[in-house]
Amino acid sequence: MLEIRDLSVTLGGRSILDRLSLTVNRGEFVSILGPSGAGKSTLFRVLTGALQATGDIRVDGAPLQGQPFAFMPQRDALMPWRRMIDNVTLGLEVQGIPRAEARARIAPLFAEFGLDGFQRHWPHQLSGGMRQRAALMRTVVQDKRVLLLDEPFGALDALTRAGMQRWLKDRWRAHRWTALLVTHDVREAVTLSDRIYVLSARPARVTHEFAVTGDTHRLETQILETLLEGDA
Amino acid sequence: MRALPVLVAVVLAWECYARLSGIPPQILPAPSRIAVQAWLQREVLWQNTLPTIRATCLGFAFSTALAFLLSVLLDFARPLRRALLPVFVISQTLPLVAIAPLVVLWFGFGLTPKILLVALVTFFPMLLALIEGYDSTEPEIEALLHSMGASRAKVFRLARLPSALPFFFNGLRISITYAVVAAIFAEYAGAVQGLGIFILNAKNNFRPDLVLAAVGISSALTLTLFGLTRAVQRIVMPWGR
Repeated sequence: MLEIRDLSVTLGGRSILDRLSLTVNRGEFVSILGPSGAGKSTLFRVLTGALQATGDIRVDGAPLQGQPFAFMPQRDALMPWRRMIDNVTLGLEVQGIPRAEARARIAPLFAEFGLDGFQRHWPHQLSGGMRQRAALMRTVVQDKRVLLLDEPFGALDALTRAGMQRWLKDRWRAHRWTALLVTHDVREAVTLSDRIYVLSARPARVTHEFAVTGDTHRLETQILETLLEGDA
Repeated sequence: MRALPVLVAVVLAWECYARLSGIPPQILPAPSRIAVQAWLQREVLWQNTLPTIRATCLGFAFSTALAFLLSVLLDFARPLRRALLPVFVISQTLPLVAIAPLVVLWFGFGLTPKILLVALVTFFPMLLALIEGYDSTEPEIEALLHSMGASRAKVFRLARLPSALPFFFNGLRISITYAVVAAIFAEYAGAVQGLGIFILNAKNNFRPDLVLAAVGISSALTLTLFGLTRAVQRIVMPWGR
């Protein structure tokens, strides 16, 4: 589905990504783990077209063109001046879909995202978890081929975060979205993913790749050890 | 509302002092005398207030429109911003006392010089507020819009403009407190009618009570406009924060 080969980014003379390669298959949930500041978010900036890079990015075997990604930024980036429903339809509005049609299209999803009855609320009236679900809903309704999730639960308290992870896992089982998640939370990566790439410190390369199967606790320990080794 | 008792106390103290000190009312009139004289002269005062309101509102509307158009231009053309902003800063250093008579000299005793002077005084705070407001847009919201394929114009309309609204209203409130004073000063420098010319005449006739009555009206006007901006803000920004 998504193939990234030998992707390199240099910013102001400093190498941020160094021949980074990874693949995401259709319906697969893949996480990228790495130390803070390793350039995880830089990868997403390249994919969303905000940054130039050398290397090869292919979607379904063809070179990258158009915008096959739906991006969910760190924090929720909900617009405080738009009601929840208008935040969720933002991507469709940018695509030029009339408001009534966009609203009709997303209407059945509110219940699933636990947001039914809050359509007319302003973002500041929603709880942290609800805001995050609204941001995720805004991402998936764009109907793109790959979801890019940039530490989506980083700003939440531990309990809300665990709840959101469990909820996302269920949603993902039902929909089989193709997703690439960036995080520095090992447990989150193990809980949600099919596969995990571990990045080195800057300049970032893929150092390890793990398939999530069987004993997740042992895998968690193993990944943590790899990350700590990388620090030494 | 907490300011009300303080205001009442100041007026009362003034009243007592004016009555008990023996200072003649031609020098320091008591508040009660000002109120009575204002009431007796209400028709003349009203006739002179109307042109001031007109000059203030037209000048301010012109200034707001100009500040908005220029802010959009400067947001899209960064090099222009660096070239023009210093010029606008210089426009703020001009002493109104010197400029006002000149503007009257150039544009006559009509409405035009008043509109221009009100605009000169109120334009810059609003322009600056708008520009800073655009730049306050959350980078993550812009990144999100870019990832959705939004054009520069769409990013402006969907993110930068609404982000600037709270800043704009702050600038508007600062500007509006100068607007009435600027209009009165423009009239002072030369006009047929208006609070400025009324004050000038009252001063020349040794009537400090009428001067202060006009000053009171000017304050009331400013406070009303100030309150109006709050009301408008509540309508334009229903999300509150």
